[in-house]
Amino acid sequence: MAFVQKPQVYKSAINTVELGVSDNKITLGGATVSPLYSFDAPIANAPKVGVEITDLGLEGEPKGIVDYYGDCKTIGEQAKKAAAMPGADFVCLRFVGAEPGEGDRSVEECVKIAKEVSEAIDIPLVIAGCKSSQKDAQIFEKIAEALSGKNVLFLSAKEENYKTVGASVGLAYSQKVGAESSVDINLAKQLNVLLTQLGVAKENIIMNLGSAAAGYGFEYVASTIDRVKQAALAQNDAMLQMPVVTPIASETWVVKEALASEEDMPEWGCQEQRGIEMEIVTAAACLACGSDAVILKHPASVATISAMVAALM
Amino acid sequence: MALTGLDIFKITPKTNCKDCGNPTCMAFAMKVAQGAIPLDKCPHISDEVRAKLDEATAPPMKTIKIGAGENEHTLGGETVLYRHDKTFVSKSLYAVAVSDGYSDEQNETAFADIAKIDYERIGERMRVDAIFVDYASDSAKFLDLVKRANDMDRALIISCSDADIAEKALEIAGAGKPVLSGANASNFEAMNALASKHGIVLGVTGADLNELHDTVEKLEKAGNKNLVLDVTMGNIKDTFAATVQVRRASIKDGDRTFGYPSIVNTARIAAGDRDMQSALASLFTVKYGSVIVMEGMRYADALPLYGLRQNIFTNPQKPMKVEPGIYALNGADENSVCALTVDFALTYFVVSGEIERSGVPVNLLITDAGGYSVLTAWAAGKLSASSIAKFFQEADIEGKIKNRTLIIPGKVAVLKGEIEDKLPGWKIIPSPPEAIQLVKYLRELDV
Ligand code: B12
Ligand code: SF4
Repeated sequence: MAFVQKPQVYKSAINTVELGVSDNKITLGGATVSPLYSFDAPIANAPKVGVEITDLGLEGEPKGIVDYYGDCKTIGEQAKKAAAMPGADFVCLRFVGAEPGEGDRSVEECVKIAKEVSEAIDIPLVIAGCKSSQKDAQIFEKIAEALSGKNVLFLSAKEENYKTVGASVGLAYSQKVGAESSVDINLAKQLNVLLTQLGVAKENIIMNLGSAAAGYGFEYVASTIDRVKQAALAQNDAMLQMPVVTPIASETWVVKEALASEEDMPEWGCQEQRGIEMEIVTAAACLACGSDAVILKHPASVATISAMVAALM
Repeated sequence: MALTGLDIFKITPKTNCKDCGNPTCMAFAMKVAQGAIPLDKCPHISDEVRAKLDEATAPPMKTIKIGAGENEHTLGGETVLYRHDKTFVSKSLYAVAVSDGYSDEQNETAFADIAKIDYERIGERMRVDAIFVDYASDSAKFLDLVKRANDMDRALIISCSDADIAEKALEIAGAGKPVLSGANASNFEAMNALASKHGIVLGVTGADLNELHDTVEKLEKAGNKNLVLDVTMGNIKDTFAATVQVRRASIKDGDRTFGYPSIVNTARIAAGDRDMQSALASLFTVKYGSVIVMEGMRYADALPLYGLRQNIFTNPQKPMKVEPGIYALNGADENSVCALTVDFALTYFVVSGEIERSGVPVNLLITDAGGYSVLTAWAAGKLSASSIAKFFQEADIEGKIKNRTLIIPGKVAVLKGEIEDKLPGWKIIPSPPEAIQLVKYLRELDV
């Protein structure tokens, strides 16, 4: 007896959310099948790969990254090279230095950097904040204003600051709002409900469901994304149909596997390679669970993950 | 598939004779359906009917054992498609490939990798689980590789669709109960005979899922249900499609023919691209690869992959916790400095590992934080100045330890002031945020 193929195509779909403008637009979401199951039905938009740079420039970055950016002198030049990285679909600018404990960069300076980056690149921009929700609310508002019309995604609006971030980023300047929750399907849903009640259209919301490096509580991340996708597709839960963006680089390059020097761990071999594989393995696992976009930083990881996605579509 | 009480009632004689100790056949059937009593408590159900029922109630996916002794591994036996529905039971195995079709250099590197990867993570020993010995065309070289692989103390998968050569390989390695992989539409009879003779698992391949399904049916008809399915197809996309569809057909659609564990060979679909093989190994760890074959295994690949596997295959119903209390590390005594952390097994493993690496005697204090990580516990209110003070009292820390310096996790440095208020006489010092920074920090600490 032959094998009876039973494609599983859902009546519901993940929302489509556009980032960027005119011919530099990308679209997230749209799938009507389980993540990466292109054999069940074509997937409207392949998952996307973003390249992360920070306002601190190349300080402390591994050699392969420093080499890639070569003699870039300004953040604008660096952004341009990030956009040109093979496999890059968007650039994510993270304001590590805006954090009060990490230099407390002023709002004006953040705006200036964001503008410089935005002008330097020809692919969509994502703005990520720091550890302080309060500071994020301040810089996001001004950056959203300065980049109005550019259709930028802001990471993220959280329980503590969604009102201000939603009102400025989402309502006043019609940019895209990233709703960040802590690895819990109910919290994710609640935040989406709150943002939509505030008036932010669901086509303007994406979710960051939380993230962890492989081996570091990743099972919770995996199951949360799994469950959110099932609720969105199988149960048609409109408050969980927003596409999912998962930052990877900011989690994976700070764990021991990536940080331990070769002197400390001689048997572990090349330190940079460890960081790359940690990034690759974590990103591939997130995509397998259902992330619609991942954010990485090493050229080798960006190339591999985008090639894997292309091979699966 | 679970049977209902009614399904079982239908096969009882419905005489209510009470020989089973139940008042009626219906009562008996309900209890069997709940799993409270076994079916054979009723002496009036024929063996034939019982066999049929066993078949119907058998789990959707067979549990298959490969390897022998210390190197025996369990594959399959899964009952769900998502770990949150219950749990995944048999972790994916990572196998490294050697082949007479590879250069000597590649084979040597592979063997060296296999010997090298050996470490512990949260109580689990991490090694390359299996060696995949692949036959290309040079039988002498292939048999030589089988011999070497057989001496490496790992489960073997012998991938060879030429039954004559496979026979020679099994003469060398049969005792270790390897998988013989390579049965296909044209050779399955000879391969089946060989696997049966050696009492080993047979790996089945096919050009596509139809052919694979067909061949499995024929093998089952011939009486062999000790199988694994090599679902590797011509490229990445088709291999992913095959892996998912085989698992889904067995678990969700009740297709028993596909109710076997899988082998996914990334060395074949991403030959030469080691980063891509890592990415695919991750993909197939999450999505249904029972044995995942790669061209090699560097520490750089192993560390994230084994960590991922450990996460994905933990039982979501059972949080991994360690006992609260004083853990005296590096020969610490009552005069040694104290460091505090939570009772989440992963955190304990990471922090104690770094303290041990520093060589500095430290009393590691594990507080009851509900099994949560530092920040999760803090955000949930389970790691606070009061919870720490309560722990100090209950565990009688001041009675047991004379030193009055306490290092708290850097991620909750904000608690310093409050803890000082609650623990008068103690010097509270915040540490760096990441455990890896502890080695340098402790060595330079002046207390
Ligand atoms: C998995 C996870 C969970 C799991 C719990 C898993 C567990 N057993 O802890 C679940 C899903 C249950 C969960 C729940 C919650 N979570 Co949670 N969770 C995570 C996640 C993704 C990973 C945590 C993890 O496993 N880390 C790995 C361990 C090893 O880290 P660690 O314990 O901190 O240890 C490291 C260091 O602290 C250091 N260290 C530890 N001890 C010591 C001691 C010394 C002396 C030193 C020097 C160093 C040191 O060593 C380790 C390695 O460097 C993080 C995000 C992230 N990526 O970190 C969020 C996170 C911790 N969660 C968060 C929150 C808010 C919550 C909730 C409160 C959400 C809610 N509102 O319900 C709940 C709380 C639980 C509840 N409902 O009661 C927030 C905390 C925010 C904050 N900054 O305070 C985080 C950061 C996510 C986020 N960005 O919002 N969570
Ligand atoms: S022993 Fe069998 S036939 Fe008799 S009551 Fe029990 S189930 Fe019915």
